[in-house]
Amino acid sequence: MSTVFIALQTNEDTRPIIEAIELDNPLAVVHREPAMVKIDAPDRLVVRRSTIEDLIGRAFDLQEMHINLITLSGNVVEDDDTLTLSWNS
Amino acid sequence: MDMKASKKKLGLKERYRLMTRDLGWETTYQPKDKVFPYVGYEGIRIHDWDKWEDPFRLTMDSYWKYQAEKERKFYAIIDAHAQNNGHLNLTDARYLSALKIFLQAISPGEYAAHKGFARVGREFPGVGTQVACQMQAIDEIRHAQTQIHAMSNYNRYYNGFHAFADTRDRIWYTSVARSFFDDAMSAGPFEFMIAIGFSFEYVLTNLLFVPFMSGAAYNGDMATVTFGFSAQSDEARHMTLGLECIKFMLEQDPANVPIVQGWIDKWFWRGFRVLGLVSTMMDYMLPKRVMSWREAWNIYGVENGGALFKDLARYGIRPPKGWDDAEQAIDHMSHQFMLGLYQWSFGTAFHSWIPSDDDMDWLSAKYPDTFDKYYRPRWDHIKKLAAAGTPFKNYGLAKLCQTCQLPTVFTEPDDPTLTCHRETAYKGEKYHFCSDGCQHIFENEPEKYIQAWLPMPQLFQDPVKGDLGEWMKWVSLLDGKDNGDYAGSEDQKNFEAWRGLATTNQ
Amino acid sequence: MPVAATKDYVGVPRDVAANFHGKQLVYVSWDRHLLFAAPFLLCVPPEMSFREMVDGPLAMLFQPDPDAAAIDWTQVEWLKSNQPWTPDFNRSLADNGIAHKDQIRLRTPGLNSLLPAA
Repeated sequence: MSTVFIALQTNEDTRPIIEAIELDNPLAVVHREPAMVKIDAPDRLVVRRSTIEDLIGRAFDLQEMHINLITLSGNVVEDDDTLTLSWNS
Repeated sequence: MDMKASKKKLGLKERYRLMTRDLGWETTYQPKDKVFPYVGYEGIRIHDWDKWEDPFRLTMDSYWKYQAEKERKFYAIIDAHAQNNGHLNLTDARYLSALKIFLQAISPGEYAAHKGFARVGREFPGVGTQVACQMQAIDEIRHAQTQIHAMSNYNRYYNGFHAFADTRDRIWYTSVARSFFDDAMSAGPFEFMIAIGFSFEYVLTNLLFVPFMSGAAYNGDMATVTFGFSAQSDEARHMTLGLECIKFMLEQDPANVPIVQGWIDKWFWRGFRVLGLVSTMMDYMLPKRVMSWREAWNIYGVENGGALFKDLARYGIRPPKGWDDAEQAIDHMSHQFMLGLYQWSFGTAFHSWIPSDDDMDWLSAKYPDTFDKYYRPRWDHIKKLAAAGTPFKNYGLAKLCQTCQLPTVFTEPDDPTLTCHRETAYKGEKYHFCSDGCQHIFENEPEKYIQAWLPMPQLFQDPVKGDLGEWMKWVSLLDGKDNGDYAGSEDQKNFEAWRGLATTNQ
Repeated sequence: MPVAATKDYVGVPRDVAANFHGKQLVYVSWDRHLLFAAPFLLCVPPEMSFREMVDGPLAMLFQPDPDAAAIDWTQVEWLKSNQPWTPDFNRSLADNGIAHKDQIRLRTPGLNSLLPAA
């Protein structure tokens, strides 16, 4: 098992993204640190556009995350609907 | 009859293809190897550049949009910080030593990375790679700019910031990071990608930025938090580019694997040595500490690095050669280096100090196996010397490592009481190293490292000829202001006075 | 191993003796006395005697160490280039075979106040 993670700035824009990640990744663990949220997950983590859109009530482009992304760990696969991080372990 | 023209939105993949791949072309009026002359000499074999996948598929239109938004946010916060005397929110002005080192040693690296990525963006034939590298080149210059802007506010009030460009070029500790980037920039494009894009940006960047930026947040430095996060939002793309490049190289031809492995070994070790500065900043220079260097290494080095190399094992890549030696050094390096910085503080454009009793108790707790045994006795003795009016200044300077250019403060991996001495003779000259890792790097490419401009031996040559006063002038170090102990400094006096002014009506 | 390059790659060393105006570099380290964070870098004339180097710059540099005054110079063990070696205090650095950028190490077994007994 290898840990993937995504770290985001703590602000109002990222709140629904973090919530969406928690909803879509039941094994994810959210660490809250000063100004930053780091979300760890075993082997795989998926960020889903539709979940975020349900939470914020507007259309969302996953690439908007670029503004608030701090760092990540894992192989990245991105399409219009999802951003997935994974490690081969 | 109403005709509804449906506006078809391009999907991510399609837009990316149109805005990158489809903008490329096969050269016709010049042979391809003349247009891209540096792509073969390192021995890396690429058969199909179209196989390079940009995971983020960022197109130029999106790039400008998101980067512009980051800039707007950034400068709004910098303005607010300046307008509201944000510097008075610092826990303590000792904290600024970390920023001074950053501006003098790390920000120039951002600018160097910009030059490096602009170059490789030109030298690689693959369009996807070109676009990603060009974006990174612009990102890196933005990082240099935002860092300089953020710290310019501190320059109005505190010493040590004013001559960062001279310090960058001429002083001793900055040559560690400078030589790191010079080494990468003077290598071929593929080695550059493994050195910076992969080893630095992927394996090691979190160790530099995350604790640093959290440290800024813990210590009331809004300006640095802001530039840190603004830069980090680009870093995710950089990391992904680095990982993509290494996977691409490894997948293109099995002959590439041993070459890439050699570069990983070299650049992990060089990067690890540069991080020596960060370990000291984390453990000693943050008045309010986030976590220890050891704790940061466990998360971002051991855990994250472990996951990464497990993933790359399928290509035949193993963890870097120096990984075990690095692990052995973690509980020692920050102390060894801070002790050095303190005794040579007459020659640093930032302040050092003797850790307080509280500081030492924290260090004891975080380093239960090493601090009290090896390092507290030295600090206690240094405290005695200071109390006696004979503060410890080591005018013997230091032997610098020919490869990493750090003073050779590091000990044998299995014996923390013995300095690590390594030497190699080459063409009638003698060269010294801090470790096996640095010695191996030298012995692999000696012609490269014999040219090193080592700041301390240089001090005894023209134009300075060993005169310390002349040297200070030459590096634009203001004696009694920029250097020495924090205790009794202008920075300390001013910070305390101004904070007092902000909270009373005296 | 040669540097991979598109043409002949020749480096020019920057710290050759000729650059030091008749002086040379010598590195000196007192084993296990790590109050001194790194070996000293001395820039001295090769004609200087070994004794002058010990009594002059080294004595001054060693002073902050609590054991400096207690060194028994007749018992000191020496290394040059990390190999056991015996200096002739009366002869010059050059005549002692201390070449430019050589490193001298000294050991004073049993004398170490800042290091706990193993």
